[in-house]
Amino acid sequence: MSIIDKDLDRFKEIVRGKVRRELRKYMSSREMLGRQGKKTVSIPIPDIQIPRLRYGKNEQGGVGQGEGDEGEPVDGEGQASDKPGEHSLEAEVSLEELARIIGEELELPRIQPRGSRQVDSAKARYTGISLVGPESLRHTRRTYKQALKRQIALGTYDPRRPVIIPIKEDRRYRSWKVAVEPSFAAVIIYMMDVSGSMGQKQKDIVRLETFWIDTWLQHNYRNLETRFIIHDAKAREVDRDTFFRTRESGGTLISTAYGLANQIVQAEYPVTDWNIYFFHFSDGDNWSGSDNNKCVDLLKKHMLPVANMFGYGQVDSHYGSGRFLHVLKENFPDDQRLILSRIPNREAIMDSIREFLGKGR
Amino acid sequence: MTVSPSLVHGWTRRRLPSELEDARAEIAEITWNEGLRFCETVFEMCSFDEINMLASYGGFPVRYPHWRFGMEYLRMKTGYEWGLQKIYEMVINTDPAYAYLLDNNTVVDQKLVMAHVYGHVDFFQNNAWFKYTNRKMLDEMANHATRIRRYIDRFGLETVESFIDACLSLENLIDPMRPHMRQDDNGIGEDDHETETTETLKLPSKSYMDRYINPPEYLKEQRQIIEAAQRKKQHFPESPRKDVLLFLLKHAPLNRWQTDVLSIIREEAYYYAPQAQTKIMNEGWACFWHSRTMTGHVLTDADVVDYADHHSGTVAMRPGQLNPYKIGLELFRNIEERWNKGRFGKDWLDCEDAAQRHDWDTGAGLGLEKVFQVRQTHNDITFIDNFLTEDFCRDNGLFAYEYDKRSKQFLIDSRQFAVIKQKLLFMLSNRGEPRIMVTDGNHGNRGELELTHQHEGVDIQVDWASGVLANLSRIWGRPVHLVTALEDTPAVLSHDGDEFKVQRNAGTKSKS
Repeated sequence: MSIIDKDLDRFKEIVRGKVRRELRKYMSSREMLGRQGKKTVSIPIPDIQIPRLRYGKNEQGGVGQGEGDEGEPVDGEGQASDKPGEHSLEAEVSLEELARIIGEELELPRIQPRGSRQVDSAKARYTGISLVGPESLRHTRRTYKQALKRQIALGTYDPRRPVIIPIKEDRRYRSWKVAVEPSFAAVIIYMMDVSGSMGQKQKDIVRLETFWIDTWLQHNYRNLETRFIIHDAKAREVDRDTFFRTRESGGTLISTAYGLANQIVQAEYPVTDWNIYFFHFSDGDNWSGSDNNKCVDLLKKHMLPVANMFGYGQVDSHYGSGRFLHVLKENFPDDQRLILSRIPNREAIMDSIREFLGKGR
Repeated sequence: MTVSPSLVHGWTRRRLPSELEDARAEIAEITWNEGLRFCETVFEMCSFDEINMLASYGGFPVRYPHWRFGMEYLRMKTGYEWGLQKIYEMVINTDPAYAYLLDNNTVVDQKLVMAHVYGHVDFFQNNAWFKYTNRKMLDEMANHATRIRRYIDRFGLETVESFIDACLSLENLIDPMRPHMRQDDNGIGEDDHETETTETLKLPSKSYMDRYINPPEYLKEQRQIIEAAQRKKQHFPESPRKDVLLFLLKHAPLNRWQTDVLSIIREEAYYYAPQAQTKIMNEGWACFWHSRTMTGHVLTDADVVDYADHHSGTVAMRPGQLNPYKIGLELFRNIEERWNKGRFGKDWLDCEDAAQRHDWDTGAGLGLEKVFQVRQTHNDITFIDNFLTEDFCRDNGLFAYEYDKRSKQFLIDSRQFAVIKQKLLFMLSNRGEPRIMVTDGNHGNRGELELTHQHEGVDIQVDWASGVLANLSRIWGRPVHLVTALEDTPAVLSHDGDEFKVQRNAGTKSKS
């Protein structure tokens, strides 16, 4: 344990929101998905920046080097990497690992033991090292390494006669942690607005966010079922692949999606056996007030009563009135199961995920 | 007495293996004979974990406890574990200088790094902007850590840490030129000495001569002088102060421990300031010497490929990006070539014949002498200002870019020399940060603090300013204001401890 581990632990505590909550507003995550497609991605690392008086990020411009005519976009970030002596390479990271990294502070809210397909929920993993333990768990390599360190430090180690004798203090043992494996049957229904008012950028934000939510949930919960619905003026169920790829256009009738989701749940996922989660993403530009009322009605009578959570994420768009968010806010002022989140831009994705799945709500 | 970093942590001190020690001695001798002047430099072998830790601590083995070091460490550790980045070398500006080598580097890498390090140490020792840095900073940092740990024990982690955060958000409000203005004070400012307003109203005279020696006009004049002096004295501070932290140290209502913490943050900020002022030069100088030493002397045939690989990695330009190592290195090489060939002075500047310029060589041979001179007196701004030439910009394909609000991306703005240079100088001036001064410590006669931002065409980021002003008002204990401009209209940002306010169009300042 070196002394910096204390600073590291402190930082992690702050990131998890256990202490110094006032710092969380300065928290961000460095770029989450560097390149889409294949499995090459950049790694998110939590980051807290202490505010300083400084110029706005985009205002300043800069000097770069390379090809290109005046008026053409700059390749890459266009900023000097000014870290001393560092080389930049690209890493291949599996999505599973990424999900683990971002997921430390997330959870599915209010999940309850339901359903017949439960599996055992606690599992011991040998992950750590401790100073005490049964001899059967003695970590021989670490023990000898410790002994070697000690002997070198004391000056009793003789390289010509390399005899290493561990004493009691050198002994190291494997230690385990009990990991709780979520064991509850749950269904997640994702709904996305793909109407004409959702531009490419809006869809990208939604896909990125659902992609991360989905990746993380798949990694952390077993027995998850996922269903995907896209809608414009009509709703239809699609497979995962289509969900992440479709381009559609047309008007917007949100109630169609809610109706379909509701049908699916009623037909296939009885509330006694399943934890039910809905996520819906839209730019909030619904066709008419009467359709808004229809949605509110569906939510009130059918969906919220069975749902563990209903997450609604709204992206900003040039065309959209963004009215739907307010409609929900007005009609369900303090329903804990309904979580609303506004996602103005890509940078807000991480925050939005936290709003949906952050611990301790 | 200075204790070596490895001893502090109880690491087994790893002296260089004999092969590297021989290489070190050779490189030290070669570079010394070439004219580098460095102090004793201690090389220590570190594992990647240790070097990541040291790097997170800004190169020092002992720093006060703070989460941001942990954050930095997590970033480096993750970067290393995923193979995204790795630190090859680190050296700190102390005497003796300490340099850390990554223990699993290849031998060629180690040699390159050692030559590079001697370049840095020479720069620290001889560049004028480092003249007043504390060379015993290793001890000083450890003292700071001890003091802050003591405060944490007495007042609690949360209290001290959040105060440190508040100080850190003001950390850049110092005056990097200050150490070079040899004021006799070290902390006690000019505004503390009394402005002399002795009663020189009347010249001494006998009563019967008085109205001739002190005529009414003369008395009036004198009275005005005194009044002006008194007005000046009432204004507090007398003239705008750039060292905001010093102003706070002297005038903010702080406890003793808070004053101490703030002074620690300020001292460390001043210690690191010259490194920010000379980044391009310092890296360029080190690269200049490692490449000269390696290719000229040290490399064996077997090493060449590894060396070329690493060197090219270090000075590589990624498309669209500017690498300070590369710019610095190329500029130093450019200076050497120009002064070797006599490409300076009036004749050269007046010459407009491209062919003649191309073949220009007077055989002056002053290159090395000139680069040493440059490394001694310049900082990044004067370096770019004096030695960035049109030819250089063209040959290296530099361009200036701007953010385009409509397409929301960075567009190449210009390839014109004047524009590029202007942009570079702006980015470097005041370390690329807005210029902020304390202009009124008793604003509105209500004890409020007024800072002024000298607007140079680029707005301050408002949401961050809100956080900073909140911290500032916490330290000052009264409302604080920042006079600036937003989107070309004058504006005042204020924080009264509870609420942040932006008052636009505040051109007509309310005078009370």
